[in-house]
Amino acid sequence: MTLANYLVLASILFTIGATTVLVRRNAIIVFLGIELMLNSANLAFVTFARMHGDLTGQVVAFFVMVVAAAEVVVGLAIIVAIYRTRRSASVDDVNLLKS
Amino acid sequence: MSFVAPEVQWAALAPIILVLGAGVVGVLVDAFAPRAARRPVHIGLTVVSLAGALVAVALLWRDVRADGGVEVLGGSVLVDGPTLVLQGVIALVGLVGLLVVADRTDSHEDAFAPSAAAVPGSDYEELARRKGLTTTEVFPLALFALGGMMIFPAAGNLLTLFIALEVLSLPLYLLTGTARRRRLLSQEASMKYFLLGAFASAFLLFGAALVYGFAGSVRYADIARAVSVPSDLDPLLVAGSVLILVGLLFKVGAVPFHSWTPDVYQGAPTPITGFMAAVTKIAAFGAILRLVYVVLPALEWDLMPALWGVAVVTMLVGTVVAIVQTDVKRMLAYSSIAHAGFVLVGVVAMTSSGISSVLFYLLAYGLATVGAFAIVSLVREVDARGGAVVAEATHVSQWSGLGQRHPVLAGAFALFLLSFAGIPLTGGFTGKFAVFSAAVEGDLAWLAVVGVVASAAAVFFYVRLIVLMFFTDPAGTPGSSTTVVRTDGLTHVAIGLGVVGTILLGVLPSPVLGFLSDAAVYLP
Repeated sequence: MTLANYLVLASILFTIGATTVLVRRNAIIVFLGIELMLNSANLAFVTFARMHGDLTGQVVAFFVMVVAAAEVVVGLAIIVAIYRTRRSASVDDVNLLKS
Repeated sequence: MSFVAPEVQWAALAPIILVLGAGVVGVLVDAFAPRAARRPVHIGLTVVSLAGALVAVALLWRDVRADGGVEVLGGSVLVDGPTLVLQGVIALVGLVGLLVVADRTDSHEDAFAPSAAAVPGSDYEELARRKGLTTTEVFPLALFALGGMMIFPAAGNLLTLFIALEVLSLPLYLLTGTARRRRLLSQEASMKYFLLGAFASAFLLFGAALVYGFAGSVRYADIARAVSVPSDLDPLLVAGSVLILVGLLFKVGAVPFHSWTPDVYQGAPTPITGFMAAVTKIAAFGAILRLVYVVLPALEWDLMPALWGVAVVTMLVGTVVAIVQTDVKRMLAYSSIAHAGFVLVGVVAMTSSGISSVLFYLLAYGLATVGAFAIVSLVREVDARGGAVVAEATHVSQWSGLGQRHPVLAGAFALFLLSFAGIPLTGGFTGKFAVFSAAVEGDLAWLAVVGVVASAAAVFFYVRLIVLMFFTDPAGTPGSSTTVVRTDGLTHVAIGLGVVGTILLGVLPSPVLGFLSDAAVYLP
């Protein structure tokens, strides 16, 4: 099992996350896709850290986890506020702003 | 094994520490100060910390001019000429923007919902309004955002870049959702900004991972060294750099990553729109400048054609779509997209005058933007039945005849529009002249021609609004349906500062330009 496989996995997870953001309608699921993208970047960082024999990538992964947690706090606050107003978390329903 | 304490040059971090520290103190003020005292304490804290940051920047400049700059925290933060200029501009424009945020009308209403967590139209919201609650949390949030923005152009490695991006973005997502009026639009704008912003920052992070894989380090200096040596991992580097640039171009609202801009600018509370339109763009262009000029210059022929394309499309789309807008805030949003394109022209010039011209353009654009949105926040609709002053009159037709009733205010707005359009004797003209001549110097005359054509087309919709304000009678409904609201006066101070800055930068630009070309030297 070579380390390159982990990079392939990270790329696949990133693509799945990006696809989720683009095709799913529920804001929570969209958000889940974004978290998947962040964590795929973490996997890539850790794998590269192992390849280079360098600790920086692992440290970055810790920072990203903290940032992701902060992002969840802010994101869920916004999504819950919208849900309480409209009784819907679908990104298709938020369409008042249009050109 | 012994632990060696790192040596930190705290003095070089003073501007950042002052602003972030004031943000932390602001959170404590919200937790412990009595309600009546909170607003004045917050305003004092904000003004003192930002003025202190300006002073700190000025003091640091003496050392930096002598020795070219310092690396702080093991190279995580680079304090050099462009960093100090951008931190100073961010503190100055942020201070002017926060004056508008702090202002309230003569009936003691600020721009923010009494309780942003209350469901719009609920009993709880009505109760909060009657009790006179205020969302004073906007001050610490704005200070955190400003702190992140001041780190952004100073970041010396990809991790700091990502953290600064999140520190500046997360408070802005929340601030966007706190409008007092039209709360559904505000919440919607907040969600769109959040989802798209988080999406873009995930791209930036994955790009950072790829570049780390290429270089074996996240430090800019190491990456720049690795980039200049040919290797068979180049695809990794190019893909990573493109993803990082996508994340940054999203923040400046460049086409094709601009789709959030009009919605967010329209939905956010107007003082916040002015604040983020000005300072976010300044900070993000600061980060792009360092990346393009210091880290990736060896990739010039891989990345530059893409950036040329982005610059052209951004100028054209911003200008053309702004022409058909009927909402003042949306029009200014598309105009800010076009301005991102003009700044990119200076960025891709890849000459030292490119750096100083971009810095000048950002200062002129920032002051005019804060001033323009400050005026938008004053022009309000009057409720036809009760005669009460309600939300902002953002439809273009509601602005007709404003110049006849409020000539000074409309005159100031006209000045800002002329500066956006790049008419001589305004800061916008000097900025445009500087970025286009930098592009010519960088052998990109064709790009400068596209820029000139786009700004000539842009004059149309700016002048149309001026004509509407001064030479059209108030149409349809009686002229009283639009009014200019009375306030505590802070907004007028901000508008006055914007007017003075715009005229000074237009009439006497040479001292500023001379200073900027001295300062526009990056640490290697």
